[in-house]
Amino acid sequence: MLDRYARRKYSDIFVRSACVAATVIALVPLVSVLYYVTSRGIGGISWDFFSELPKPVGESGGGMANALAGSFKLLFLACVFGIPPGVLAGVYLAEFGNSRFGKLVRFSADVMSGVPSITVGIFVYSLVVLRAKHFSAFAGGVALGVLMLPTVTRTTEELLKLVPESLREAALGLGLPKWRATLRVMLRTAAPGIATGVMLAVARVAGETAPLLFTAFSNPFWSSGLNEPTASLPVIIYNYAVSPYEEWHRQAWAAALVLLLLVLLLNVSARLLVRNRVGAR
Amino acid sequence: MSVSHEISPLIRPRSKILTRFGSEVNWGDFAFRRVTALLAALLIIALAAMAIAMVHGSAESLAKFGLGFISSQIWDPARDVYGALPFIYGTIASSLLALCFAVPISLGVAIFLSELAPGWLREPVGFLVELLAAVPSVVYGLWGIFVLAPWLRTTVEPFLAQTLGFLPFFQGQQRGFGMLAGGIILAIMITPTISSVSREVLRAVPSALREGALGLGATPWEAVRVAVLPYARSGLVGATILGLGRALGETMAITMVIGNRSEISASLFAPSYTMASVIANEFSEATGSLYLSALAEVGLLLFVVTVLLNIVARLLVWRVGHLPQGGSL
Amino acid sequence: MFARRKLLVGLLFSLVACKGNQAAPTPVASESAPAVKSGEAISLTGAGATFPYPLYSKWISEYNKLNPNVKINYQSIGSGGGIRQITANTVDFGATDAPMKEDEAKQAPSKLFHIPATIGAVVIAYNLPEVTGTLRLTPEVLVGIYAGKIKVWNDPKIKADNAELKLPAKEISVVYRTDGSGTTAVFTDYLGKISPEWTEKVGVGKVVKWPTGLGAKGNEGVTGQVKTTPYTIGYIERAYASQNKLPMAELRNKAGKFVAPTIEAMSAAADAVEVPEELFVSLSNADSEAAYPITSYSYLLVYEDAKDAVKGEALAKYVWWGLHDGQKFAKDLDYAPIPAKVVTKVEGRLKELRSGDKKLLSGA
Repeated sequence: MLDRYARRKYSDIFVRSACVAATVIALVPLVSVLYYVTSRGIGGISWDFFSELPKPVGESGGGMANALAGSFKLLFLACVFGIPPGVLAGVYLAEFGNSRFGKLVRFSADVMSGVPSITVGIFVYSLVVLRAKHFSAFAGGVALGVLMLPTVTRTTEELLKLVPESLREAALGLGLPKWRATLRVMLRTAAPGIATGVMLAVARVAGETAPLLFTAFSNPFWSSGLNEPTASLPVIIYNYAVSPYEEWHRQAWAAALVLLLLVLLLNVSARLLVRNRVGAR
Repeated sequence: MSVSHEISPLIRPRSKILTRFGSEVNWGDFAFRRVTALLAALLIIALAAMAIAMVHGSAESLAKFGLGFISSQIWDPARDVYGALPFIYGTIASSLLALCFAVPISLGVAIFLSELAPGWLREPVGFLVELLAAVPSVVYGLWGIFVLAPWLRTTVEPFLAQTLGFLPFFQGQQRGFGMLAGGIILAIMITPTISSVSREVLRAVPSALREGALGLGATPWEAVRVAVLPYARSGLVGATILGLGRALGETMAITMVIGNRSEISASLFAPSYTMASVIANEFSEATGSLYLSALAEVGLLLFVVTVLLNIVARLLVWRVGHLPQGGSL
Repeated sequence: MFARRKLLVGLLFSLVACKGNQAAPTPVASESAPAVKSGEAISLTGAGATFPYPLYSKWISEYNKLNPNVKINYQSIGSGGGIRQITANTVDFGATDAPMKEDEAKQAPSKLFHIPATIGAVVIAYNLPEVTGTLRLTPEVLVGIYAGKIKVWNDPKIKADNAELKLPAKEISVVYRTDGSGTTAVFTDYLGKISPEWTEKVGVGKVVKWPTGLGAKGNEGVTGQVKTTPYTIGYIERAYASQNKLPMAELRNKAGKFVAPTIEAMSAAADAVEVPEELFVSLSNADSEAAYPITSYSYLLVYEDAKDAVKGEALAKYVWWGLHDGQKFAKDLDYAPIPAKVVTKVEGRLKELRSGDKKLLSGA
């Protein structure tokens, strides 16, 4: 009896330690990458970085202000193209998704999330850029939006399904039409969780390079409006990182650091939004 | 009969048009269903469009090489001869290797975060693990070249060669770059996906099962092993397949560390090449319609593999939601 | 809450859009270069080779200082990408290291000119921690290493030319480029010239099936590997070797002399080769005492007949400026300037640029 108890006790401790060890192992690369990027990039962060245009090699004081602005512009467009259709498609799946059509939509979303981003870029290139005969921020936004769409859709669906039915029944009992009950009550309750999913999707596309190369292209100057090619952080990071010049490498690491901080900020705001509501565990 | 504003839509007579076209009682519901359905259809349309574009693009290569494309090992752009077998092998092998590393770790993280961790630790640690997904692929690649590969070359690979060198997996020149580096980097990148989804699946298991086991005197781990995991097994496998899907499509980071040599070798130290990498490497410079068509066909093959895996994942994850509740497990 | 976030982002966006409209670098008074009509904003896009990107960035920046209303956007998406984009007319000019092939040229809607813009060299970088002098390689040894026939550093064939160096008894780690690249095209072009067996067994081009070695992505990938892994050898653009302080091997040229890849040696190669009518030619294995054997031109691709006269004129003037004033920036960035007699030939071609019946460059 004692033996068996001891065995159970120790195997419990062993597995629990293994899980803790697994978590630590999972975090080691993160710490290493963060340390690496910070140590290389912190030297390049300056006021110039945020306010100046890129300068050619040999001239000091260059910055990435246009890439920062470009990334914001592209992310904004990606959200416009990815979030409303994604959320509403997710609502459809949660409300009416048990048909064969619904299964097909779900399947499409899952497959689309596995398509390499370069393929999406080439696809949007042939659809938008070739027709218009020029590169544009609009095309870049479309590519990023398409990348976001499946994640937003599936997140919305899963989280809407977790909202207790009692809330819907209460709303209907008070006389709201079905569509109003779904949007104003169910969706609003699930909103913090959906926002987390959306933030994660945005964070992922914020760092994508390949799709932008063939759509938004890049730009050494400011780009105005939506029809011009625009610079963006990931593309500049890539261009500078693959160059021979130490000076550009430093700027690339600084940009990578800024990009990571940007994504960190998005993640933190997502978490804060979740914490403000009463949620499940 | 006249329509009055005070009569609720639930009891006043429905408009004849509404009755004809649908089952809803008011215009709002009618429009709601159709508008959301239209947007949902967008996903199918986008996927179909991509698939058609890929088939169209690979037409020339499909016609010229047929099934030989999948079995041939020769990829020679200088001579316009293409065969994708090394890439298929490289993709599948590196992804499976990544799973070997990522699944135990992700499962450990998921169990830790959902079952074993104290409440105050859950949020921050979960957030940190998800942050792994936020690091751009290019940054992982550069870290791989300057930190991971040298570490593998100087520490890990010599150790493995000394202890397990009799196995074919650990033979050959140790360069740091190669299948092992590729597998590790992919594992790091898919861990957040698998662990997040697993965590959600574990949370979806009814607490009655867990509490029942604990009430009967099980240790925390036993409760998880006996009550939670069997119920969640299909969902966890589904999470793994989703991570596998992500690994198959990953481009930048793995290209920078896998050595990019289209050869098939059992050794983990040897270089390899994946389908996504060959597209990323050669698309910008490719000229010549057969070359571009061959690259498009590689993309099509990758697409097909992703579709197959997703079918498997869908079937498995679907099963979780349809298992009986309560006692009849 | 979504609305709040969208509002915030929308504010940021409008801020950005406003800023985009006013920001412009301060103009500097111009003396010599032909100026475009001031006030009329012109933007040109170009795409292509990665190799000349640093030089073109410098050109664009300097030209913009002289002509503030001309904004040129050049992005390096690869020579193949450049050829595809200019053929599809999504950009105004292309750039390539390897000249277009016949079938590629046929796909363009109208005639494209190759304009030699600058000269670069492919160097052989290596990592030998114990060796202090400079490695000397003959063409046969180089082919042997890349063909996998010479496997160790202290092979007698390598020792024969490097008597004073202490070569270690270690395996040579060969690195090549996996992505399609003009650098590979130039390097294999050279190997093909010195070894017919190479042409037959391996081939020449932007991507070839390498008999041995490890693949790295991009010049920076090869540089990274050579830098971090001892006993490695790789071929890279000169700028990468000099910027990263990697030792560059001296190669024996056609005339029998061991030459280091200096700017002078690159210019000597260009001086030794006659540029034909089509304005593109291979500079590798040039027959001159001082020439470095793996040198090459990099070209701009411009349509003979520009659809838009205003843009066409602006582009023609920019290319003219690059061909003349732009050359003085070459040396500092590890490129060699175009020799004077080639400049004269190219001038003649630039004068042929037109839009419809109107010639774009009148005198200048």
